[in-house]
Order: sequence, then structure tokens, then C-alpha cells
Amino acid sequence: MRRRWSRIAGRLVAGRLVIVVSVLAVVLGATACSSPGNDELLIYNAQHESLTKEWIDAFTKETGIKVTYRQGGDPELGNQLIVEGDASPADVFLTENSPAMAAVERAGLFADPDAETINQVPSQYRPASGKWTGVAARTTVFVYNKAKLQPGQLPKSLLDLPQPAWKGRWGAPPTNADFQAIVAALLQMKGEAATAQWLAGMKANAVGYSDNIATLKAVNAGEVDGGVIYHYYWFRDQAKTKEMSGNTALYYFRNQDPGAFVSLSGGGVLKSSKKPQQGQQFLRFITGKAGQEVLEKGDSFEYPVASGVPANPALVPLTELQAPVVDPSTLDAQKVSDLMTKAGLL
Amino acid sequence: MVAPPVSRPTAPVSRPEAASRPGPLVTATVAILVAATLIPLGYVAWAAVSIGWTRAYHLVVRPRVGELLFNTAALVVLTVPLCVVIGVGVAWLVERTDLPGRAFWRPLFVAPLAVPAFVNSYAWVGVIPSMHGLSAGVLVSTLSYFPFMYLPVAATLRRLDPAVEESARALGSDSAGVLFRVVLPQLRLAILGGALLIGVHLLAEFGAFAMLRFDTFTVAIFQQFQVTFDGAAGSMLAGVLVLLCLVVLVAEALARGRVRFARVGAGAPRAITPIRLGRNTIPAQAGLLALAVLALGVPVFTILRWLWIGGTEVWVLNDIGTALGQTIGLATAAAVLTTVLAFPVAWVAVRYSGVLARMVEGANYVTSSLPGIVTALALVTVTIHAARPLYQSVALIVLAYVLLFMPQALVNVRAGLAQVPPSLEEASRSLGSSPTTTFLRVTLRLTAPAAAAGASLVFVAVATELTATLVLAPTGTRTLSMRFWSFSSELDYAAAAPYALVLVVLAIPVTLVLFRQSTKVAAL
Repeated sequence: MRRRWSRIAGRLVAGRLVIVVSVLAVVLGATACSSPGNDELLIYNAQHESLTKEWIDAFTKETGIKVTYRQGGDPELGNQLIVEGDASPADVFLTENSPAMAAVERAGLFADPDAETINQVPSQYRPASGKWTGVAARTTVFVYNKAKLQPGQLPKSLLDLPQPAWKGRWGAPPTNADFQAIVAALLQMKGEAATAQWLAGMKANAVGYSDNIATLKAVNAGEVDGGVIYHYYWFRDQAKTKEMSGNTALYYFRNQDPGAFVSLSGGGVLKSSKKPQQGQQFLRFITGKAGQEVLEKGDSFEYPVASGVPANPALVPLTELQAPVVDPSTLDAQKVSDLMTKAGLL
Repeated sequence: MVAPPVSRPTAPVSRPEAASRPGPLVTATVAILVAATLIPLGYVAWAAVSIGWTRAYHLVVRPRVGELLFNTAALVVLTVPLCVVIGVGVAWLVERTDLPGRAFWRPLFVAPLAVPAFVNSYAWVGVIPSMHGLSAGVLVSTLSYFPFMYLPVAATLRRLDPAVEESARALGSDSAGVLFRVVLPQLRLAILGGALLIGVHLLAEFGAFAMLRFDTFTVAIFQQFQVTFDGAAGSMLAGVLVLLCLVVLVAEALARGRVRFARVGAGAPRAITPIRLGRNTIPAQAGLLALAVLALGVPVFTILRWLWIGGTEVWVLNDIGTALGQTIGLATAAAVLTTVLAFPVAWVAVRYSGVLARMVEGANYVTSSLPGIVTALALVTVTIHAARPLYQSVALIVLAYVLLFMPQALVNVRAGLAQVPPSLEEASRSLGSSPTTTFLRVTLRLTAPAAAAGASLVFVAVATELTATLVLAPTGTRTLSMRFWSFSSELDYAAAAPYALVLVVLAIPVTLVLFRQSTKVAAL
């Protein structure tokens, strides 16, 4: 039986068939991975994929405009846009945090958003430069293990964490863009010397994890007493299995503390876009009522920032967080990564 | 990533010195391929030069690099010996003893190869959420990679001539003496080959260690890529990683040495008298069962558990279908192209001696051990600056796969070609067939099974590749492994489960092919 099969296979291969088959396979392979057609809007997406997909699906349903996206992290796609420059194929850039938006803005690659988009977004949720807009927000929190810390033992400020009393007791994800945005806010608020000192204290005291999820898991498992992360990772897990957050609670620093920093997720249309109209339409859509309601009702647990849409009722309202005022355009990712490399964190 | 057990190229039947030079077409193809395989090395060298000595020095000599060096070295130093002990132990038990149920165990310990290492990490993290760091990395990679040791060792054990052991026994050696003085030395090449393969995988793996919060060089390079895109710090880390790979290669070559355990004459193929385990049977069975539970039970259980928790909601057939289609498309294209291109390379390596043949072997040896992240970074940098039309294209990612997985096709095609007697081709030529017809009707036909095995190995390697795919995927391409990664990094373990399942199912047939191949007593 086996011999017959191999004879058949041999005969098949022996013919010119092999050439035809290989050409077919390559062509099939190439078409299966359909590269974006020219009529499709291309988003460089550093936001969570699931959230952007919800936005895209709703947008396409309403307008009939097809959208594809390239998935990556904030700094990765931001730097990619800067290297690509005017030849970039991207139409729209969406991020989780502001520093990457600020970097692309500084490279002069953004076109001004439509007036209608700007009017939908209150001024505290946009950069003063007006080159892009906030599309969602997230707040810094201190997540702590309820068995290890009582509410009275919590740090008063993010600035307390480098003190010797906290040595080995807290975690954060230094290599992560989210955490780097928090450091960028600290740099903006307290200056370079204080930030360098804080980072040195962090290197000595903190346990480094790869990202927010890893930090949350470590706190939940009691490896460390607490951690500095963004709020929505905790709420998402609470809404699901609580497997990674069941033993933990959230603490908000408030008082305009650097630890109360609210980071804006940004959206902008690129100057080099060949479809500026559709790009603007998309930005208008996600900052409009329908787009913002995806944040309110979906399972992203990020804050809406525009069109008067309230936050998911599970969240502490954005206005009660007493966040410090920081112009997102001034956040300097490059300086942060230099300072962190010097501190030995990167 | 599934790779074949390293089997060294077999000696050609003969090297006809008359035809000492391949034709121009073959030469050109091979030369281009060799040049392409040098792109990653060239990139690292270029990056070091363009960054400048002082800056490069500061990026390399810093505490973080020390941490990574320690982590990576500790991982290799701990995992490889563990794999040797487990792989050789299991192979010996199922091949040389009277252990009941050997026929059941034998294929079972190849099966872990069907579970990509990053899926294995996902499984373990699902069971023990707090596991992380070096110990977790060693555990998961040992369970993922020990079959690379088990396969070649088991195959070699099966082929050993029992007469040698009987002579040792007749000369007064006890069982332990036979094992350590006769059997193990003959296994040395198989063990070294397996160790090299495991070492190379350990250096290249990203997803499995990232999920376990264990920073190795590859993990850190990927993080740098995410922070800076094509930044200097990442390129310098890549340079250090390339040096580490060379260290592993040289170590293996030195350990291999020049000693050979060859034998004159064919020997008599006959059954080996199995060693009686007696009262050791129960501990042996318990050990094998424990290993099977750890290596297979945990991933299968976790995937099923998440599927159960996710219910029907996680089966978003539209997305899974698209991802599956794209994965199969890319993997097929890469498998066919790689195998087709492996022919001229293998042809030169088998049929000719000389500079070109030696270069082919050398280049292949080095690039086969370069991590995907280095190749991917090199291709991104080169195309964005010098070949824009290829940037973010399907062609580029397929080229990356060809470079990364050429060895898997090559090992097979070369073994197949080596077994084609040139006299058959000469007969065909003398009967008036053209060289092309001869190649198609004689050579290709005889090599077809080996080529098919090679192609299927490449197929699975591509389908389960994560690192280079994440960096190079054309916009709009979301393969199974990319989606799996995206969901599991977003905490959504349930939504990731269908992708894990499909990845494993895709890999199963090829794992069977591997097992079949190793059980054939090859006439080498």
C-alpha cells in the first residue's frame, strides 16, 4: 500500500506538474494573505486590538468604508512612522498613551483634525497644540494585595515608593510603554533631577515585570505587596474570572499626585495620508457618540473622553480622580528611555 | 517551532570528479541564497560599525546586558543537561528494556513537538499563574524540547549492532559498564546533535519566555524593538546574541571532536535482547507517566479547560478562518519555495566538492542557528532603507521563512539526493534523455519522499513561528500564532484557546511524519 502511494507520488512529482503546483501554491499563498487593497483605510494601531476591531466594525457598518490595521506597540509604531516619514502607507495612528503621539507630532507628521472632531472632545482631553486628539483615557492606580496591606499602610504618593521602607515590596513594568508614560508625566511635573532620583530608587526597590498583566498577577499571588499599573487591566479581570486579581484591590493616589496621572490614548490623521477625508471621518467617528459608547458598554474598561458619554458604571468617574494637569504633547518618550537606560532599568 | 532531529549529512554515494563544476544556473541560485543567508550577519556588523565604537561599547557593557547574559547562559546550562538525561533515559527505557507498553510510549514522547513552546508556557501559566523566572523557563523549555534529544537517541539506539554489547559482556562487563563504556559513547553524536538543536531553540525562543516573565536576550531584543523600532540598543543586543550562537556552535563542534565509532561491514540486523527491568518496572512506568502528564497532560488539559470556560463564544469562526487561511497560505508558499530552493543547494553539497560546496555548508550551518528575531530585524532595516517595495510585503516574510527554515528542508533533500545513485542518471543520459528530463524523471522521483518530508517540516515551522512573524507580517496579515499571542497578552486566555488548539492540530501530522522517519532503520 505504502509502496503504491509513493509510486503515485513519485509519478505526480515527476511530471511538469511540480512547476504548476508550486506556482499555484505561491500565488494562492500570496492572495490568501491579501495585502490591503488601495481602497482600504490603513490604521497603525497601538491600541488594544480588540477595542480597535470593535471601532472598525462599527465604522465600516455605518460608512461602508473598509479598514485594515497594523498592530504594534506605541513606541514601535510611533518610531516606525518616523522612520517611514512621508512615504508611510498609514492613514491614521491610534495609541494607548500620549508620548508616542507627541513624538510623531514633533516629527511634523500629523495633519490637523477636523473642527468637528475637536468640538466633540473637551479641551482637557486634547493636546494644546491641537495636532491630534485624545480618544480614550486610563488612570494610574496602585494595586495591592489585600492580605499584605491594609488601607492604612498604603503609600500617600507615588513619590513615597523609592523610600527604603518599600524595598522589594512593589512591582512595575519598566520596559512597558504604559509605565513609561507615567514616568514621562513625572518628568514633566517634577523635572529631570527628581525623576532620575526616583528611577534610581525604583531600580533599588521595585521588582520589574514585563507588563501590567504580569505586575497584576504578581501582586495577586503575593510576590509583592503592591504595583503601579493602569486601572482597566484590573477591571477586565474582575469582569471575567478574577483569576489574576481576586486577592487585590485598587488604590487611587488622587491629590494631583504624579501617581494619579491620567494617560490619554491618542488618535491622529497623518499628513501623508492618501485618504485624508476617510481618515478624518474615522477619527470623528471614534470620538463621536457611537465610538465612545464602545468604551462605555464594551469590555475594554477604558474611559470615554468625548461626546459627553459617561464611563462604564463599574469605574470611578474620571472627574473624581483629581488627576494632575499635564499637556500630553509635552511628554518626552526619548528622554524617559534615556533616563531609564541610565538607571539600569532598560 | 518544530525542527527535525539533527541528522548529519550523509556521505554521498560518490563524488564524480569528472563533473567538477555545476552549471551556471545552479551556481547562480546557490550563490544568491548563500548571499541572502549572510544578510543577518551583515546587518549586525553594519549596525555595530554605524553606531560607532564608544556608543556600541556603552550599549553592550552595562548591567542590563549582564543580567541577560546570566539568564540566557543559566537557561542553556541547566536545560540542555536536563534534556540529555530525560531524552536518553526515555529512549533507553522504550528501546532497550522489556518495559510493558513500549509501543504506546514510543510515539507519545514525540508528541510534545506538536505543542509550540509558547503554547506550553500559556498552559503552565494557566495552571500556576505565579510561575516565572529561570526555574519556570527551564521547566517549560525542558518539557518542550526534550523530544529533540529523545528522537535521535532512540533512532540511534535502534540501529546499534548488539554484537558490540555482547562482546563487552562476554569480556566481563556488567550492565552499567556496557551502558557507560559501550552504549553511551556510540550515542555521542546523536546527543550532541540534539543538544545543539535544543541550545539553538533556547537562544531563539521569545514567546515562551516572555509569557513566563523570564528575560533572555531574544526577549530583551524584542522589547527593544517595541520601544525603539530599529534602535541602536536592540541591534547591539542582537550582536551579543549572534556571538552567543557562535559560542554554542563552536562548543558543539569541539565536543564532537574527531573520534568516530564506525564499524566495518554491515553487521547482522537482528533483534536486541531487551534488558529485564524486574522490580524497576513500576518506578520506570511511574516516571514515564509523570513525564507524559507534565509534557502533554498539562497543555492538553489547559487548552480544553479554557475552551470549556470560553464556550461557544470564543469560536469566532470568521476570524479563526481568516487566520487559518493566511497561516496555511504563508506556510504553503514558504514550504514549497524552500524545498524547491533546497534542491540546487543540496545538489551542490552532495555532488560537488570545492569552494562553493564548502561555502554552502558553512553558511547553512551558521544561519540555521541564528534566532528569528535577528533575521527579522535585519530584513526590516534593509528593506526600509534600501528596498522599499519589499517592505511589509508578503514576499519579504516568505523570504525570511526561507532563510530561517532552509536547514529543515535541506537536511531532508540532501539525505534524499545522497541516496540517488548517479549511475542511474548516467544510464538515463546515455539512453538519450536530456539533463532536465533525467532530473525530472529519475532524480526528482527518487528524492520526492524526502522532499515531501522536508516541505512538511517547513510548513509546521512556519505555521507555529511567532517572533519573525510579529516583526515582518504584512499589514492585514494576522496568522494563528499572531492572534494567539495578541489574545494571551491581553489576558484573554479563553479567546486564545481555539488558536492554540488549531496550532496543535496543524502540527500533529508532521509530528507523526517525524516519528515515522525516525523509526525507519535508514540504510545510511
